Amino acid sequence: MILAALIFILVAGGLLSWIADRWHPGAAKWLALATVGIEFVLAIWLWLQSASAMALPAHGRWLAETRAEWIPRFGVSFHLAMDGISLILVVLTAFLGIVSVACSWTEIQKRTGFFYFNLLWTVAGAIGVFLALDLFLFFFFWELMLVPMYFLIGIWGHENRQYASIKFFIFAQGSGMFMLVAILALVFLHYRSTGVLTFDYFELLNTTMSPSTELWIMLGFFIAFAVKTPIVPFHIWLPDAHTEAPTAGSVILAGVLLKTGAYGLLRFIVPLFPEAATYFAPVAMVLGATGVLYGAFLAFAQTDFKRLVAYTSVSHLGFAVLGIFAWNPWSLGGAVMQMIAHGISTGALFVIAGILQERTHTRDMRRFEGLWSVMPRLAAMGLFFAIAALGLPGMGNFVGEFLVLMGLSSTSSVLAAVATVVFVASVVYALALVQKTFHGENTHGWQLRDLSGREMATLYSMAAITLWLGLYPQPVLNAAPNTANSLPSIAVTRHEINVE
Amino acid sequence: MPSALHSDSLHFDLLALSPLILLAAAAIVVMLAAAFYRHPRPVMMLTLAGLVLSVASLFLPQGRASPQVTALLILDHYALFFIGLIVVATFVVTVLCYRYFGGDESRHEALYILLLLAALGGGVLVASSHFASFLLGLEILSISLFALIAYPRFTEHPLEAGIKYLILAGFSSGLLLFGMALVYAQLGTMQFVKIGTMLAAPDGALELYGLAGLALIVTGVGFKLALVPFHMWTPDVYEGAPAPITAFIATVSKGAMLALLLRYFLMAGAYQSQSITLALSLIAVATILVGNLLALLQDNIKRILAYSSIAQLGYLLVGFLAFDRLAIEAVAYFLTAYFVTMLGAFGVVTVLSDGFNDGSGGEFHGAAERDSDRLADYAGLFWHRPWLAGVFTAMLLSLAGIPLTMGFIGKFYILTAGVEASLWIPVIALVVGSIIALFYYLRIITVMYAPGLEATREAIMLRVVSPSFAESATLAALALLLIWLGIFPAQLIGVLEGAGVDLT
Repeated sequence: MILAALIFILVAGGLLSWIADRWHPGAAKWLALATVGIEFVLAIWLWLQSASAMALPAHGRWLAETRAEWIPRFGVSFHLAMDGISLILVVLTAFLGIVSVACSWTEIQKRTGFFYFNLLWTVAGAIGVFLALDLFLFFFFWELMLVPMYFLIGIWGHENRQYASIKFFIFAQGSGMFMLVAILALVFLHYRSTGVLTFDYFELLNTTMSPSTELWIMLGFFIAFAVKTPIVPFHIWLPDAHTEAPTAGSVILAGVLLKTGAYGLLRFIVPLFPEAATYFAPVAMVLGATGVLYGAFLAFAQTDFKRLVAYTSVSHLGFAVLGIFAWNPWSLGGAVMQMIAHGISTGALFVIAGILQERTHTRDMRRFEGLWSVMPRLAAMGLFFAIAALGLPGMGNFVGEFLVLMGLSSTSSVLAAVATVVFVASVVYALALVQKTFHGENTHGWQLRDLSGREMATLYSMAAITLWLGLYPQPVLNAAPNTANSLPSIAVTRHEINVE
Repeated sequence: MPSALHSDSLHFDLLALSPLILLAAAAIVVMLAAAFYRHPRPVMMLTLAGLVLSVASLFLPQGRASPQVTALLILDHYALFFIGLIVVATFVVTVLCYRYFGGDESRHEALYILLLLAALGGGVLVASSHFASFLLGLEILSISLFALIAYPRFTEHPLEAGIKYLILAGFSSGLLLFGMALVYAQLGTMQFVKIGTMLAAPDGALELYGLAGLALIVTGVGFKLALVPFHMWTPDVYEGAPAPITAFIATVSKGAMLALLLRYFLMAGAYQSQSITLALSLIAVATILVGNLLALLQDNIKRILAYSSIAQLGYLLVGFLAFDRLAIEAVAYFLTAYFVTMLGAFGVVTVLSDGFNDGSGGEFHGAAERDSDRLADYAGLFWHRPWLAGVFTAMLLSLAGIPLTMGFIGKFYILTAGVEASLWIPVIALVVGSIIALFYYLRIITVMYAPGLEATREAIMLRVVSPSFAESATLAALALLLIWLGIFPAQLIGVLEGAGVDLT
């Protein structure tokens, strides 16, 4: 029940803030804040219920489960369940929900009711994706979060918003259609071998299929996740969408929506198609390593603050892909860590970009210079998150990248060596970002207000989490999938042990 | 046969036929009423009452073992479901027509007679099990339709569209008749079931005559359904016809035709012919791709919706080609979704248009001589007419197959049927087609949500007509239905499972 509540609170909160704004302008943001606040408290409560504050339950250890009939004709049920990995992603999503409401507080002036409606519904869709264990329901949420995000970019975005929003929608929806066909193919394969028509994750886990069929079906899933994650040839929607979105949109896109792709790889691709995933892993890892380097190099070439940060996402998520497909305890822990740390640090960089844009009305780094003297607090935060992004030890990203490389080196030392090069490239882009924006003389004569209390609270809490992740990463690592039983038939066995 | 038993069976026949009889009776009552008391409001009310009665009679206990009523008609669950759909769609169109054609000030009573007759034609089509009733239903429907299209008879666009439709209808009926004649020439029967049993016999297969006949029938129906090589007329007629009538053509006319075609294929065993199913899958692929690609080039909402409806029929064919229980359900669900969506979309266009007014001299004047169908008419609509724009957005998202709408479940159903029957090429075409389709649906949505544009807003304000209460209520009901059945489709699916039983 609590799992369904996690989704419906956001849905109801979204509707309420839309309606409330018509009667009482200004009420929408308070309602939205209250909604994501309740959501966050609930998520933390769930965490404390299931484990201590310093630990998270493991992947495949189901904490809570809800199941109800939905469309019996197709064996579709409203089936939600939460294990460690879902829990940590839900906590991340709820936290970034608060951040995104906070950073829109003054930025969004027009049509605030509809804005918060879309924001909360996007978050609701993402939470649904993290909790759904029925493939139809998963697809339903997967598509559902696109429409409000499309509106967020298309209505409140920057100059080139229409192009960016349509591109985002078409990439995400189009790739999703391939996944739908793959889901149906999988379901009917299962139906033919067992006579049971079902979309349930656990039932479909051990479907027998011929290797070539398995590969084709897996590719259908892979393309959808590859677009979202993004994996390199499918990333081209990302720089536009991230750059043109309003700050809250960028935070949710980078922090949450990209994670749905990586989560899909982790939850569905490998467990449902173990053979094909093993067979396909070298290709995926090469794509991941390419993404790591390519994103970093392109980031360096950008002059637009947000575009630079957007390309760093391509680079960072490349690590997550590498970690997932290397599939050993270190790399998986690293991949999960990378997902969480990236969500926080990149989210913070987008918040900083949003603050700069709100005050200077530009994102062009050539027009910034010497902002340190004008807004020292913001600049200090900028430096902090830039070095977090480059992977300085003591921060979350370092743990993630290090573990992925460690795990990867046992699988493919060549790829690990290639990916390590990024530690040079990321230093270059991160320091270039700091130098171009904050260092030097204030030649443009900027006179800007430094951080307000609300902004400080947001950024300091994000900095604290980044440090916590870097200094005590064990809870997150516990949540990563366990590879003890070689390949992920574990998900089933765990389920049987813990739930029945 | 004893006379008591005979009259008993006649009684049951009439009872079974009551939905159609009531439609015909309503047409006559409305005609008489209009002849003696020429006021549109009571006439419209009578029409609505007739439609409601007809729907109510669908639920009468059938009390018969076989749904077959004479050799011509069969009123099984399948037919009853589609008659219900057609009559309800006609109800919605009737409500939309009233204000559009001038309300109580104008003399447009004849419109309602034509609508009732067209609905009767559609009902006969979906219930027909014989070539004769097939042709009769088709002609009742077509003849009413071209009068409806050209109803504002002093305005250029509708007249042009009416003539185009007239020529097309004549042409396709000719093809159909010739096709029927050829099938009859080989098999010597015009009853679907008998054709089916003959073909199911060990040595029974369509020879050249029959095959050519079947091909001609498919062609004739293809014209009506606007499948791709036969689609040229659609955008012009859709654009020219008055908006509520366009909604009627897009839904009732196409839906009845498709339901009939599916019945023919299943009952008369036409799906056993490899060449015909191959041709149909090619047609499906071409329809999806061409419809979606051409829609990209349009700037007129009615034309975009016309091409979109072509593409939607292509999607339907993908499910159609599976030819099993699931196919019937998929087609029926998708058609229901398509009815709701198209009625809603054209309903919004209707509500935004001035419509045609019958002035004192019996001439119809459109204030603007056309509907509000240019893309520019919709600029920033969300910011001054949020509910209307919201309904339109929901309809467009449903056409695009996004969750929370019926369109999503419909597309899911169709894909399920297609994947289950391993129709990979049409399924891939469907996927590619729906990706292309996003461009033009999003284009309309983007225009509606575009902020600013103060200049355009003033231009629109001049054209704004306030919708009547009935119109608003209808659109709201359609939108709610769209979302309700998009989230909880189980009940409708239960009904459809029953509808599929009789056919297979």
